[in-house]
Amino acid sequence: MSIDDTAAAPLTGGAARRGLVKSKTRRSARSERNRFAALMLAPALLGMLIFFVYPLVATLGFSFTRFDLVSSPQWVGLRNYRYFLHEDPLVWPAIRNTLWLTVVMVPSRLLFGLACAGIVTNIKRGSGVLRTLYYLPALAPPVATTVAFVFLFNPATGPVNTILGWVGIDGPLWFNSTTWSKPSLVLLGLWGVGDLMIILMASLLDVPKEQYEAASLDGANGPQRFRYVTLPNISPVLLFAVITGVINMLKYFTEAVVASQVASGRANQGEGTATTLGYPSHSTLTFSQWVYQEGFTNFYLGYASALAVIMFLATIGFIVLLLRRSKSFVEGGRS
Amino acid sequence: MSAITADRVSAVPSAPRGTRTYRSLSWVATHAIGIAVGVVFVVPFGFIILTALMTDQQALTSNLWPTSWHPENFVEVFNKAPLFSYLLNSLMYSVLATAFMLISSVPAAYALARFQFRWRNALFLAVIAMMVLPPQITQVPIYLMWAKGNLTGTLWPLILPNLLGDAFSIFLLRQFLLTIPEEYADAARIDGCSEWRVMTSIILPMAKPAIAATGMFMFFASWNDYYGPLLYTSENTAHWTVSLGLAQFRTAHQVQWNLSMAATLLVMLPVMVLFFFAQKAFVEGVTLTGVKG
Repeated sequence: MSIDDTAAAPLTGGAARRGLVKSKTRRSARSERNRFAALMLAPALLGMLIFFVYPLVATLGFSFTRFDLVSSPQWVGLRNYRYFLHEDPLVWPAIRNTLWLTVVMVPSRLLFGLACAGIVTNIKRGSGVLRTLYYLPALAPPVATTVAFVFLFNPATGPVNTILGWVGIDGPLWFNSTTWSKPSLVLLGLWGVGDLMIILMASLLDVPKEQYEAASLDGANGPQRFRYVTLPNISPVLLFAVITGVINMLKYFTEAVVASQVASGRANQGEGTATTLGYPSHSTLTFSQWVYQEGFTNFYLGYASALAVIMFLATIGFIVLLLRRSKSFVEGGRS
Repeated sequence: MSAITADRVSAVPSAPRGTRTYRSLSWVATHAIGIAVGVVFVVPFGFIILTALMTDQQALTSNLWPTSWHPENFVEVFNKAPLFSYLLNSLMYSVLATAFMLISSVPAAYALARFQFRWRNALFLAVIAMMVLPPQITQVPIYLMWAKGNLTGTLWPLILPNLLGDAFSIFLLRQFLLTIPEEYADAARIDGCSEWRVMTSIILPMAKPAIAATGMFMFFASWNDYYGPLLYTSENTAHWTVSLGLAQFRTAHQVQWNLSMAATLLVMLPVMVLFFFAQKAFVEGVTLTGVKG
């Protein structure tokens, strides 16, 4: 991320300008400024300590305990981690589903979003209307679009399978099938591609048009112009989109929870014990849902903390790996 | 932030062979694909509306078109579930969270963007970390804090933390505040303005579009939030929000798809209306999240 390049510019300019202020008043002005900045930051700093720093440390502490909210935490050493590594049957489904969704959802959303952005930027008349239409599903509450989507893909009477039936295709069970539940979630993700599309659209519009003209004069055709003009110009935004896409998959929760709940026709809470997370048979259980389930429906808070620590390490690892790998991609693009 | 208009791109030259037939062919192709994709995006809404107008018996058949029309379903929904109470709870959550976020995050972003101090970069990195890490990572201790304060079962654990800053909003506002030249502030300082006046009457008025966009993001995020209300209020139906109520709706009322779809539309409506009134600010805000990253 190149945030600090932009950060430096106005401030150094301002600092140089500030040199003009009379040196006599400079020291007192400076301490006034520092006091003011500290005052403005104080609430957010407090929030950071209470809602981020302390919970991070405390989570690590709880991960070495057995703890169920009723009795006080009991030190068990590394037992939670050993259970994770050797015994828990949900480890593999949770990791596999999270990876599956990341590997499929992120690239397909990126490609589809780029295609939509390309269409909207290449249309002269009515592009505003099209942009709104494309963006509409991304705007609606995810719970609403998920409920609607499960209805549309309802195997017996849903419109999708009805229409597939007209052309002689026997539609799958979609959200009720272990093989199709994750692809169905990807389709839902594609329907809501609008926010990504807007970001990509803005980056496409920022490509200097002189470069296209120059490439055309050199005899570049459409695909070549995309490869040698468009792609290098938008590569920083593409990287940003991949990183946020991966993070969103690590956070992935609402769509999967609501889809499994609506498709199974059972409640997630109320009685407190019945849970439909991952329906059908753990095929949509992702890591973030798993942490929620162990912590707040089973109340194994110690184990949930251990899972959270593992999730923290995995997230950091993912981001570092992506940034390392992509350095050449983005910098190569800039030159 | 550049306004997104298509005419800037219209200058992208078409293929070098540029004959009239080729150009008009590609014009037709682009528009045809564009409209076809648009239809794919919108047709689901059509099915949802049609189903919402059916009887529950019709909704269970594979008929796509209602044989008789029942707009009274939209009234019936309010009898089946306390939608008004859900709406009020959602409104309280969204409005208070947004107001609290603005009070705390605008000053924090201002300090982070426009002052130089020793821990500035470290602090900004921490803001980014808070923004990107999945909420589940720190959830157990945070939940325990609210449980000690007897506030689980209400929406306050989701509203109150906004008084102490929201990472995403701070990030977004900082990115915008960086783009305002420091010269404005310096000129005001030379004229004897206090730092407070520099912020409130010189810089912040220039950041109105960004503040509006950030506020709207916060409003939408809390209106759409499902994880938070599920975590804290799932046992206490009196505090349910529309998202939580809608997710439970079909389960609670068996397979009445018609009412489910009517409820879905009613939940979608407020954000759609808000979007149409503030489309420009919103689109610019979305752009802000991506371009500067």
